[in-house]
Amino acid sequence: MPTVSQDRPVSQLKFRDPAKARALADALERLTLRIGRAPVSVMHVCGSHEQAIAKFGLRATFPKGLNVIMGPGCPVCVTDVPEVDEAVVLAMQGVRIATYGDMVKVPGTVKSLADAQADGARVHVVYSVAQALALARETDEEVVFFASGFETTAVATAAVILRGLPPNFSVLSAHKYIPPVMEIVAEMPGTRVEGFLAAGHAATITGWGIFERFVERHRIPVVVAGFEPLDILAGLAKLLEVIHDGRPRVENMYPRCVTREGNLRAQEQLWRVFRPVGGRWRGIAHVPNGNLRLRDEWARLDARRRFRIDVTGVWDCAPSALVKDCVCGDIMAGIASPTDCALYGKECLPETPVGACMVSSEGTCRIWHQYGGHPDLGGMR
Amino acid sequence: MRARQLLLDQRISLKHGAGGRAMRALIEDVFVKGLAEAPVDGIGLSAMDDGAALRVGDRWLVITTDSHVVHPVFFPGGDIGRLAIAGTVNDLAMMGATRVLALTCAVILEEGFARSDLERIQESIRSTCREAGAVIVTGDTKVMGRGEIDGIVLNTTGIGLTERVVPDSGLRPGDRILVTGTMGDHGFAIMALRKGLELEGDLRSDVAPLNDLVACALAAGESAVTAMKDPTRGGLSSALHEMADKSGVGIVLDERSVPVSPVVAAAADLLGIDPLHIANEGKAVLGVRPERAERVLAALRSHPLGEQAAIVGACIAEHAGAVILDTGFGRRLLSEPEGEPLPRIC
Amino acid sequence: MCLGVPGKVLEVHGLVAIVDFWGLRRPILLDSVDQPVSPGDYILNHVGFAIRRIPPEEIGETLALYEQLLQEAGDDVMTADVRSEIRATGGESDHADG
Repeated sequence: MPTVSQDRPVSQLKFRDPAKARALADALERLTLRIGRAPVSVMHVCGSHEQAIAKFGLRATFPKGLNVIMGPGCPVCVTDVPEVDEAVVLAMQGVRIATYGDMVKVPGTVKSLADAQADGARVHVVYSVAQALALARETDEEVVFFASGFETTAVATAAVILRGLPPNFSVLSAHKYIPPVMEIVAEMPGTRVEGFLAAGHAATITGWGIFERFVERHRIPVVVAGFEPLDILAGLAKLLEVIHDGRPRVENMYPRCVTREGNLRAQEQLWRVFRPVGGRWRGIAHVPNGNLRLRDEWARLDARRRFRIDVTGVWDCAPSALVKDCVCGDIMAGIASPTDCALYGKECLPETPVGACMVSSEGTCRIWHQYGGHPDLGGMR
Repeated sequence: MRARQLLLDQRISLKHGAGGRAMRALIEDVFVKGLAEAPVDGIGLSAMDDGAALRVGDRWLVITTDSHVVHPVFFPGGDIGRLAIAGTVNDLAMMGATRVLALTCAVILEEGFARSDLERIQESIRSTCREAGAVIVTGDTKVMGRGEIDGIVLNTTGIGLTERVVPDSGLRPGDRILVTGTMGDHGFAIMALRKGLELEGDLRSDVAPLNDLVACALAAGESAVTAMKDPTRGGLSSALHEMADKSGVGIVLDERSVPVSPVVAAAADLLGIDPLHIANEGKAVLGVRPERAERVLAALRSHPLGEQAAIVGACIAEHAGAVILDTGFGRRLLSEPEGEPLPRIC
Repeated sequence: MCLGVPGKVLEVHGLVAIVDFWGLRRPILLDSVDQPVSPGDYILNHVGFAIRRIPPEEIGETLALYEQLLQEAGDDVMTADVRSEIRATGGESDHADG
């Protein structure tokens, strides 16, 4: 985009200088060579990181010996089918459902919320939980907020609950908590991940201190990184540096937003409203403490306790035969990539998704497809 | 093909009107099939260009038709009336017919529609016609019951004459890609009005008739202007993909040279939406042979509607149908927009 | 879903701030930010809530961090003109490119 004169301090918040990016990409190459064993595999666990990488074409700048894997960092993608079914059943019962855009197209056992909407259910796409609240204030009817997102987004839900809700508003929580799944990936047999790039905005809330125990236990370094192109390249470079020097530790490359203890006020809000519960993540199986559910004192606001949600009727229907070939689970665990899937780009497309990875704007398959199916233009040169 | 059949769901949904792949599939498989092969000396339905061109003597009669269902009806920078006239005038201009012979305008109103709103829209239609040097010669009016239609629908048909038809399929390797100004203005202006986004700022639609601007470009470039299209629904991405596909070339687009206004760039960042996928209603994309590209650019820039015109890319022989984006950091394929992420915006 | 985007606070009314994002204004809720926020501050927005007040001195520090990283990654191989490019812009940021 052509330059337009702007407030200097504001423009400093955009870390996008191509010259610096080139220098950092060169550094990545040197660091990879210095480590001396290829490929070096590192994992990030944030859909927004993958989005930024794809959008800026950064994969084309990664050296051949570096394998940057997207792990289970798409909260919509890891929302399990029964959770979607709960929302669909509520919607079909006539309850108004408000949710973030991505959730609307995620396939449940039989249908998605979008399908339910086409069948006459009232499903509202909102851009913020505050908008869902505004919706509830305009009507006497029950409004359920089907809440998706990781801990960063759960803070907003918690804040809104603590402000006080109108009597007709309740929350169906599909919020997830990321740190436990890093443990799962680190413990998977055959995992080759040598380092993690941690999501900068989740860490803004939780602080980077929570990764110290993980690093001690698994001896795998963690670098917290932001989302501008330079943030990502510098984060990866730091990670390679730490991998090379053999002293696993946590490093914070996003100090403008992340501190060791994090945002204590937001944490207090988060844990006052939610408690971590073990649950299934789609494709990954059980993640202890991976799901966020409303605490008992908020039972009145918990849609699961407020309504009778009977999903058994939905489960009587057989899921689509294509689901058998879907490898979203492996993709989310980082052991397969979209091109390893027989359905990717053929039966499974953004407009006809089979698995959740193709539905969400943060899903690996969706991002790869959206940015042209060849994220590094590998097949194209 | 399996994927295509899947695209043809049993029910029409909003994505089918969005200008992307679903809509093209619908048109090809439902509308064009069986209708297309009436003998036509010229460009007919199967070409799916901006309009049709029929040979009349030594010239071409260009015809185009459009229905307009934008909501809200009034928006910063314009309204449905201006949109309807500019849209049709521009479709004619994109095929090379910059002198409009005549327009028709049919309106379908919902019972209860405010008369004052209708008059405001009519005034807009009149002034846009004057700007374009076009005249409405016939029309139609219908009223439907409350709830049977959403406010107002306009349909316009335009007729023009031209010595040379500029198709959207004429790109050749080496041609430069030019845009006449900033991208994404209209779509983001409409989006900002959606309840719940709470975005305030100077987002204005760019809706404007371009026939005079295009006439300047054609005078400067003549037959070196090989293809033209207006990037409406689906934005620059949609237009380039269609042009590349129909022309059998690839396009390399330099993201940093695509003009985007700062406030649109801000909206894009905030909403996570790419301005290259968002509708424009007062812009054109041109393919120009390299030897005339600078001359056409200068002609565009000397016109009030083309001050921000820029050369943004070039055509290549490889990767036919693909649009490759050079982001400044690396390269990636520019995707086609899919489906309808918003309510009807044009 | 709105990503974490930084913006400049124009006004504060209790727990609501009017924030400017490069020319666009939006109300942002301040329930969850852990420091007092005043007009002129920069905040990080996530789905309509400020989750961080970005201290201005951190921006310069971040750029210094990148420089340090580049140096540690191997001066010897870096080409002279790239280094001087960075030196020329060091401390200032990237001009508004994008």
